[in-house]
Amino acid sequence: MAPQTLYDKLWAEHVVHVEDDGTALLYIDRHLVHEVTSPQAFEGLKLAGRKVWRTDSVVATADHNTPTTDWERGITDPTSRVQVEALDANIRAFGAKAYFPFRDRRQGIVHVIGPEQGATLPGMTVVCGDSHTSTHGAFACLAFGIGTSEVEHVLATQCLLQKKSRNMLVQVDGALGRGVTAKDVVLHIIGRIGTAGGTGYAIEFAGSAIRGLSMEGRMTVCNMAIEAGARAGMVAVDDTTIEYLKGRPFAPGGEAWDRAVAHWRTLKSDPHAKFDRVVAIDAREVKPQVTWGTSPEMVATVEDRVPDPEREKDPVRREAMERALVYMGLEPHTRITDIRLDKVFIGSCTNSRLEDLRAAAAVVKGKRVAPNIRLAMVVPGSGVVKAQAEQEGLDRVFRDAGFQWREPGCSMCLAMNADRLEPGERCASTSNRNFEGRQGAGGRTHLVSPAMAAAAAIAGHFVDVRDWR
Amino acid sequence: MEKFTVLNGLVAPLDRANVDTDAIIPKQFLKSIKRTGFGPNLFDAWRYLDTGEPGMDNAKRPLNPDFALNQPRYQGASILLARKNFGCGSSREHAPWALADYGFRALIAPSFADIFYNNCFKNGLLPIVLPEADVDRLFHDVAAFPGFRLVIDLPAQTVAYADGSRTLGFEVDAFRKYCLVNGLDEIGLTLRHADKIKAFEDKRRREQPWLFGA
Repeated sequence: MAPQTLYDKLWAEHVVHVEDDGTALLYIDRHLVHEVTSPQAFEGLKLAGRKVWRTDSVVATADHNTPTTDWERGITDPTSRVQVEALDANIRAFGAKAYFPFRDRRQGIVHVIGPEQGATLPGMTVVCGDSHTSTHGAFACLAFGIGTSEVEHVLATQCLLQKKSRNMLVQVDGALGRGVTAKDVVLHIIGRIGTAGGTGYAIEFAGSAIRGLSMEGRMTVCNMAIEAGARAGMVAVDDTTIEYLKGRPFAPGGEAWDRAVAHWRTLKSDPHAKFDRVVAIDAREVKPQVTWGTSPEMVATVEDRVPDPEREKDPVRREAMERALVYMGLEPHTRITDIRLDKVFIGSCTNSRLEDLRAAAAVVKGKRVAPNIRLAMVVPGSGVVKAQAEQEGLDRVFRDAGFQWREPGCSMCLAMNADRLEPGERCASTSNRNFEGRQGAGGRTHLVSPAMAAAAAIAGHFVDVRDWR
Repeated sequence: MEKFTVLNGLVAPLDRANVDTDAIIPKQFLKSIKRTGFGPNLFDAWRYLDTGEPGMDNAKRPLNPDFALNQPRYQGASILLARKNFGCGSSREHAPWALADYGFRALIAPSFADIFYNNCFKNGLLPIVLPEADVDRLFHDVAAFPGFRLVIDLPAQTVAYADGSRTLGFEVDAFRKYCLVNGLDEIGLTLRHADKIKAFEDKRRREQPWLFGA
């Protein structure tokens, strides 16, 4: 048999049926559900008199709408409450393997709790009505976001109709410099290939720099595969993967564990497997990244200046740059380190895991948030992350420095709850999208790593975290 | 789902690349638990001069006169002409719901984001990919000729100028086309294979029981 990529293997393992035109019916192992993209799907099932095909594939939580303060008051925003209550009712009616509702100690961002609970296992197909489902590819899963019609389709049939993507390999070799993180790697990749560079592809991230990342770091990289246009990003199984999973609540144990590990070890691309596109990146060239525009591909290094649209030859791109600079309130040639901030957000499915919080805490320890920063907040990815961080005393480090320490959820990554930017406010954010209005109408987002966000909070403007003392 | 066969429609241009799902339907409007009613908030931040919130009377809000969809000549448009990577960002199906609710039935662009592209077909909305040069020319012609219309024939896979002066072909997956032309419910189609799914699942459960919680 011809050598296969990891993606080829995962695909082949899940094909139930192929239509004449090549559309495949793909079996889905894990279905993650949250409150924003599921109510219409459950409603569709009800109207058609259908039931859930396999309830024990469903793991659900409420994360997008949940408040990050005053949990004892419940959800005060009536429209948010309706959505969360709709999820409560739908899970009651239809069932699930696990449900972590609002205020459960294991509740959190769906892409944080899946891996944390061991509900994401290598070799699975993982879907969720959320584009950042690509996160789970860090475990050698075929994981991708779907729309609500597809949520309904998976609930009813345990399958999805899919066309196979092409294979892309992003090979990152070499050692990352001090202060350079997984977030910088993925922003660097997006800057290189563009937000549509991965459209139509499944991306495998490989190379010694990726191998050297923890599972948290790999999740950060895969999380933003979608920001490069690829529905799925993935990393092969190795010892790091297996170590992470051992003993997780939903991971197998005993004899099943050994059998599972034996299978998981095969989840890597064969030598000489053919990729349709290969992008090679030298990890030593990756520097701390800061986005300056309204698309994740509008990114620079912390050493750079805001670019000048005059120098862009392509008229469509030039216009997009001009529009972005107006929206962002930035002048060309401004040093990135001269950009002053109003708010700092550390959180989101990209960067809210324990490792992220540790990195940020190490930067702020013993320091104070700059006076020009109106709000600096840390939103842990889950109740479990929050508890672990508190056990390590990270909450104290953040509070002492002047940060707010919040309850878990998606929070100001997309501002569906009360956490948002006011028009014109500028934010250093560890999230994944800097689109216009993403963090609040008129809000200005700069995407950075947790350490860079933390340092910016202390300095009041961007600083090169490699020089941090 | 509404069938899509031949559409003779007015074309409206949206001359921006990388139009994302947050722009198509801002997140404050995602809190509805219905599929309908998103049309008045399509492109909300660009379309209105104030900041939109759920529950507002949209008819009373100040319109941005510079935004293409607000111009009288594009009222009643059912075909949206866009630039590359249209629909990037979130998987939220509220984006195609909002476009369809507004009255669009077809979108033309040099490229679409994958998830969005997929979501369109599930909602009777036809996304058509044309080469960049053809899209450029369409932008030119839409601006030059008020009342510019196109005839989209899905069974024939053609986009034609309504005056017959030009016809362009486009590609679409046979299965997606079949579902859209016939207005078919994909779940019903998939459940024809229920026995095959069951057999696949049983085999998988035997071979990898840990995937089933064992």
